[in-house]
Amino acid sequence: MDNDSRGATRRDMLLAGMAGVGATLIRIEPAAATPDSMKRAIRQVVGEAPVRNGKVTIDVPTLVENGNTVALAIEVESPMTKDDYVKAIHVFNEKNPLPNVISAHLGPRAGRARISTRFRLADTQTITAVAELSDGSFWSASADVIVTLAACLESLD
Amino acid sequence: MARALINVPQKAKSGQVIEIKTLISHIMETGFRHDNVGKAIPRNIITTFVARYNGEEIFRTDLFPAIAANPFVSFHTVATESGTIEFEWTGDNGFHETGSAKITVE
Repeated sequence: MDNDSRGATRRDMLLAGMAGVGATLIRIEPAAATPDSMKRAIRQVVGEAPVRNGKVTIDVPTLVENGNTVALAIEVESPMTKDDYVKAIHVFNEKNPLPNVISAHLGPRAGRARISTRFRLADTQTITAVAELSDGSFWSASADVIVTLAACLESLD
Repeated sequence: MARALINVPQKAKSGQVIEIKTLISHIMETGFRHDNVGKAIPRNIITTFVARYNGEEIFRTDLFPAIAANPFVSFHTVATESGTIEFEWTGDNGFHETGSAKITVE
């Protein structure tokens, strides 16, 4: 009787321990943004509005040797007048730890809706640029980038 | 003190669209890396960059950890009048840096 109850306790402990491990595994957040989290990030910016393809051009190399610094330029077709201009340009990625890359706000004073920067890529992935126009419409474009040396993964020794 | 490089054309014709390029030295630590004992390195990035033309805001951008170290940002604006274009970077740990460039519009 004594032995039995001790065995049961041990088994219970073991089961409880395994359940604990299982629960922890499930609770861990993915370490990288996913296509889904990119979609969520885009929804946060555009809300319920439809996003159409077009007007946006992404200028990024298709093959990148070093993901730590990748040149990126976004241009949006727009006359940039007081009545018709680009309000904002947002860039998103699928597989970096965070889906956002940059959010630029411009106005008719820009004259030309083109921005450029340098960013990091953790993996081969698709990046998406979304432009918000003054009439409230959203336009987007996507580009595939192949990365040979990924950013974000190196440790400091 | 962070070092900022600013490239604005010295002279422009009125109404001309000019390109402005900026680069600032900053580590842009993502907050997703670990040091050699496995401790997470806290995030340290520039979060906002603003440009003002004679006091009027012409460009503003939010930067995320995905921006490479020593952030480079370029954009366009219409040269309207002679004056000063001011630049302001703000970030984590109270980071704040300003720069300016003169422009003559003919």
